[in-house]
Amino acid sequence: MFKWNLTAAAVALAFAGPVPAQDVDLAKIREEMKQMKEADEQRMRALEKRLKDAEAKAGKAEQSAAKAEAAAAGSASRGGENAFNPAVSLILQGTYANTSQDPNTFQITGFVPSGGEVGPPKRSFGLGETELTISGNIDPYFRVQMTVALTPENEAEIEEAYFQTLTLGRGLSLKGGRFLSSIGYLNDIHQHAWDFQDVPLPYKAFLGGALKQDGVQLKWVAPMPVFFELGTEFSSGDQFPGSDRNKNGVGGSSIFGHIGGDIGPSYAWRTGLSYLRFSPLDRGYEDVDSMGGAVSNSFTGTAKLWIVDGVLKWAPNGNASHTNFKLQGEYFRSRQDGTLTYDDSAGSAVFGAISDSFNTDQSGWYAQGVWQFMPRWRVGYRYDTVRYGTVSNGIVNNGLGPAAGDFPVLANHSPTRNTAMLDWSPSEFSRLRLQFASDKSRIGVTDNQVFLQYIYSLGAHGAHKF
Amino acid sequence: MKWLKYFLASLMLAVGAPAAAALNIFACEPEWGALARELGGDKASIYVATTALQDPHRIEARPSLIARARTADLVVCTGAELEIGWMPLVQRQSGNARIQAGQPGYFEAASQLVLIEIPQRVDRSMGDVHAAGNPHVHLDPSNIARVAAALAERMAQLDPGDAAQYRARARAFLERWQQASARWEKEGAPLKGMPIVVYHKDMTYLIRWLGLREVGALEPKPGVPPTASHLSELLTRLGRDPAQAVVRAAYADPRAAQWLSERAKIPALMLPFTVGGSERAKDLYGLFDDTLSRLLAVQK
Repeated sequence: MFKWNLTAAAVALAFAGPVPAQDVDLAKIREEMKQMKEADEQRMRALEKRLKDAEAKAGKAEQSAAKAEAAAAGSASRGGENAFNPAVSLILQGTYANTSQDPNTFQITGFVPSGGEVGPPKRSFGLGETELTISGNIDPYFRVQMTVALTPENEAEIEEAYFQTLTLGRGLSLKGGRFLSSIGYLNDIHQHAWDFQDVPLPYKAFLGGALKQDGVQLKWVAPMPVFFELGTEFSSGDQFPGSDRNKNGVGGSSIFGHIGGDIGPSYAWRTGLSYLRFSPLDRGYEDVDSMGGAVSNSFTGTAKLWIVDGVLKWAPNGNASHTNFKLQGEYFRSRQDGTLTYDDSAGSAVFGAISDSFNTDQSGWYAQGVWQFMPRWRVGYRYDTVRYGTVSNGIVNNGLGPAAGDFPVLANHSPTRNTAMLDWSPSEFSRLRLQFASDKSRIGVTDNQVFLQYIYSLGAHGAHKF
Repeated sequence: MKWLKYFLASLMLAVGAPAAAALNIFACEPEWGALARELGGDKASIYVATTALQDPHRIEARPSLIARARTADLVVCTGAELEIGWMPLVQRQSGNARIQAGQPGYFEAASQLVLIEIPQRVDRSMGDVHAAGNPHVHLDPSNIARVAAALAERMAQLDPGDAAQYRARARAFLERWQQASARWEKEGAPLKGMPIVVYHKDMTYLIRWLGLREVGALEPKPGVPPTASHLSELLTRLGRDPAQAVVRAAYADPRAAQWLSERAKIPALMLPFTVGGSERAKDLYGLFDDTLSRLLAVQK
């Protein structure tokens, strides 16, 4: 503004210059100058306004250009050859373990060995299972998911590989392939989402860690305001408590039902009942007789399992980000009826192969609470046990030769364990955990365990089940 | 056995009672529940999955949500990955074919809008970033208007018998909303340029709409809870570039905001963020009325 005024004044002076000063009324000049100045000022204001308008317009154009660009960028990144890439996620896990007993001697005394990888991790530094999960929709009708576990022994295991229907409707969904069974509560939760480093004893003793099967599952959710689902599964039954049967038909089946809901905004719960029936055929396990000779035992018959599960979660007003508490427990009842064959021909060769009836009625339960007392930090405690119950071994009872001492794995023992953990999760995708356990799984010994564990999740944001 | 009685009673209710409303709507967040109520009137029965006191990022696929999704005709969510941690599971486990992604029964508000803050590079070292852009779209009235128009069309498509009514209600709502927006813009004019500290990047659309200025965030990175070192760094920064308030959503933990407020000597301000977040935020109008008056109160 200042500059323009100066210019105006200069112009005025220039015009005024040639006019003889004495002949002209100074007041008139002043008046003229004032008028010119005002006119200039008006012109300036108009110019400034035009500039501003133009700027605003340009700005808007810029904004809409940016919007168009953003939209274009969005659609561009959605196109191309890799547009249909499935969701990929990778879980890295590892432990540092300190155990007072040799992990290689682990057994759950009193219970038929499940053959699963249920022992503590190896001592010192050790890699856990690395899980690679790929999932996506095949078409409007099916979704598939595959999880490969890369074991620290450098083997790849197909943990899960299944299809799931999307549009069956009426609350129905069908799953097929290899999948974690939906029985109980913890069974279909992946290792990286567990609240402790390992599963409770009843899962180890009765399901070999978790029931994972090749088969089909049909689930139905009732059209009610309260959650109510029913499901059934049919499988080859070649996982514990079943065995590889090399037979047509169904080797294992299960039915389960779950109900759940909210109690006010702060509590949510779910409870359920499951029943499994398996028909193992020559399901074997190794043992040693009283002289230290190797014995092969095998069982043929039926194995049944009932599970009652329950979980209650609390978060103030349902907002779990600051504090929350999770209480969970399950009760297991296992019955096996059939024939046991004892064969020491490869060891002491005293009795050879002999068979008689074998019946067990055993149970187990666990209860655990995990409390997030501040963001990122959680503390948890778990008590788990499996009860010996009754084991009726016809070979011993009917005096066929081998005595109770020739079945050391089945010695009368009810394992218990106390576990405490503290974990820190810098974000949703990383977790460090410290766990202490006093494990009385083996008869007559206590294994004091300290685990330091890390869990990292890379890639697609997985949704975790309740 | 009391629970069994309740259970059987609810079973009978569910099976016996004929559906009074034509359209069963499952709203992921309270703002979309409130919008659906404006558009649907008595033709829609609405279940809101979350409350204003819950963090929409951190919801669990609770059994109650699966049960409600099972009977829904239409799911109205924000989208843009806001509900990625729970909604896909709810959809799959519900066994309801109508509400799967790609079906007309699944409506995403964010797909109707142009999002801001679309990251150039998506990497979790930047925190919990959303690849599609900032999903907290509802605190700009023009976004609500755009979503309202699209949602009414979707409701009309799913329930053609009542289509005329949805469209009429949408027209009436948009007219009233237009007037209200003009009033808010006038009332909010003095807020232009007001410097604020936010908790999470969930006020960005409000900031853009009112022309506020974001000086900093309590979260060091989106989704990462405030740390002591970040807060003290923020405090130093506020010494050079002061803010007028520390703003947080009703669901956010108040302590970090309180800490900064005491030390920087600026008020800690709770905004309802969504419908139900405060006494006055009973509906969408109340939400904006209350948000503006709370911000204006700081300036006085």
